Amino acid sequence: MLRYLARRFLLMIPVLLGITFIVFALLAFAPGSFVSLMLSSGVVNPDAIARVRDELGVNQPWIIRYVHYLAALAHGNLGRSIVFDQPVAQQIAQAFPNTVILTVAATVFALSVAVAAGTVSAIKRNTLLDYAAMIVAVGGVSVPSFWLGLMLLLAFGLGLHWLPIGGGGAAGGRGGWEFLSHLILPAVTLGAELAALLTRLIRNTLLDVLSEDYIRTARAKGLAGFRVVSRHALKNALLPVVTTVGVQFGALLGGAVIVETIYSWPGMGLLTVNAIQQRDLPVVQGAVLVFAICFVLVVLLTDLAYVAIDPRVHYQ
Amino acid sequence: MNRTVERAAPARGGASAVAGRPQRSRVARAFLRNRLGVAGGAALLACLGSALFAPHLAPYDPYRLDLAHAFQAPSWRHLLGTDNFGRDVLSRLIYGSRISLLVGVVVVAFAGSVGTALGLLAGYLGGWLDLAVMRVVEICFAFPFLVLVIAIIAVLGPNIVNVVWVLGLVNWPFYARLVRSHVLALRRREYVEVARALGARDARIMLRHILPNSLTPVIVASTFGVPQAILALAALGFLGLGAQPPAPEWGAMVSTGREFIFQDPWLITWPGVCIAIVVLSFNFLGDGMRDALDPRAQRV
Repeated sequence: MLRYLARRFLLMIPVLLGITFIVFALLAFAPGSFVSLMLSSGVVNPDAIARVRDELGVNQPWIIRYVHYLAALAHGNLGRSIVFDQPVAQQIAQAFPNTVILTVAATVFALSVAVAAGTVSAIKRNTLLDYAAMIVAVGGVSVPSFWLGLMLLLAFGLGLHWLPIGGGGAAGGRGGWEFLSHLILPAVTLGAELAALLTRLIRNTLLDVLSEDYIRTARAKGLAGFRVVSRHALKNALLPVVTTVGVQFGALLGGAVIVETIYSWPGMGLLTVNAIQQRDLPVVQGAVLVFAICFVLVVLLTDLAYVAIDPRVHYQ
Repeated sequence: MNRTVERAAPARGGASAVAGRPQRSRVARAFLRNRLGVAGGAALLACLGSALFAPHLAPYDPYRLDLAHAFQAPSWRHLLGTDNFGRDVLSRLIYGSRISLLVGVVVVAFAGSVGTALGLLAGYLGGWLDLAVMRVVEICFAFPFLVLVIAIIAVLGPNIVNVVWVLGLVNWPFYARLVRSHVLALRRREYVEVARALGARDARIMLRHILPNSLTPVIVASTFGVPQAILALAALGFLGLGAQPPAPEWGAMVSTGREFIFQDPWLITWPGVCIAIVVLSFNFLGDGMRDALDPRAQRV
């Protein structure tokens, strides 16, 4: 296990270097000089421009600038926002918890819907219920999330007035229902695609598992149908779900950019989109880096979880 | 339909199925049995038709402003109503199919060919090339796809040409990994060993023996890749980073409609329905093709 862990961490080094290089290249090789970017974003203060030129050392060769960039990163310095003139790390620190809340809520929503719908579909195979669930599941993968978000907003926010149409987040001391009510629509919108994907996955794996010998044995022992499914079958059918959730987490982070924009959820996605509109590229750069590192860590965690959960998996 | 197909190709034995033509008819029959796949294919043909013959099908010029008739509800004059500039929504949707289909296909063609070529070379030749290609693939996979695309386009500037090549650039690693894994398996097959023993050169072995046999998964993956590209294009259009107004791109149309969500909710409804139908059709077509081409593939 230790050797596996060590190998896994060592393999992350080239990936992390690659990520930081691409993120660095985003700004370093951007068309137009950095100063023109600042001018186009409305900064005309010559002192500010001179300071940034100095800080970035734009006249040095790129390899040296990359090393400087890595050194700055090691000190937790993600650069300064051009528009707000404050550290990017500070802006990200404010937005990050909200994106975590949103993605976790979306995953919880997706998992609960998928386990329920997938199980019912598998047990009631080829019934009307099964077909209905599968049609919704296939539709769920095909509907663009920004459109689903607007439709939910139209129905539950503007039409029925059940839920607020935007805002929310961890800051501001909102608690209880006030906080939850802002979270429901974004989490459902973001989790819908994953829910659809997982429903199909759980249904199909469960169908495979239900035909295994040990399930027949459990039934032969006289266990109730519900117990067989919940204790014996579902537990094994959930293994591929762990991997899928990990891999799909990247899609969830990308989706967060769109969902946060629709509902003005003050997370990393909204921060990124606003920064793009203001041409505040250091913020975009920092946010992308944090997004990518998050994803790498989640994939690592799912890999480790998989090894921990399933004794049949051998780590080499 | 099923009966005529079966009569046209009366149960051929396994031996003849190895040859080219009977195999093709087996695949066609297996595909035609899948009703959803056929429905998806038919819907896409209709969509392709509307894209090709847009000038003949669209009742109005998609760009013509008519401010006196803005925000009209669906009527016989304007079947799906008009938008904030009085432009006919149906005509814009029809022209929009051109943008979405073209971008989807070009992106997949670009990513698919680059990815296939690199995957083939990496898998067959191995060595430092394999190592380099796979590291780049890994790094690309480490980014959340949409986040990377958004960031690159934010730097390069939003327009549709940038969208096409950035989507292609970000998508090729997927095909490279897919092809490489198949090439690694095929490389050790007997017929490849025989070809080598007979003195065939690497280029010939790769192009004549390995490539044709690794294309099936690429074709299936492409069928799922096109709708992914269309969804990404629409999402970028929605964020203002894709096609720019007044282009009738579906995602950009939703983005414009969003400003008038109180006034006219229909404006955001129709483009979304179009996107969903096209993506759904591609997914059905892809499911059908995968089942027909590779019966052993697991359905997820």
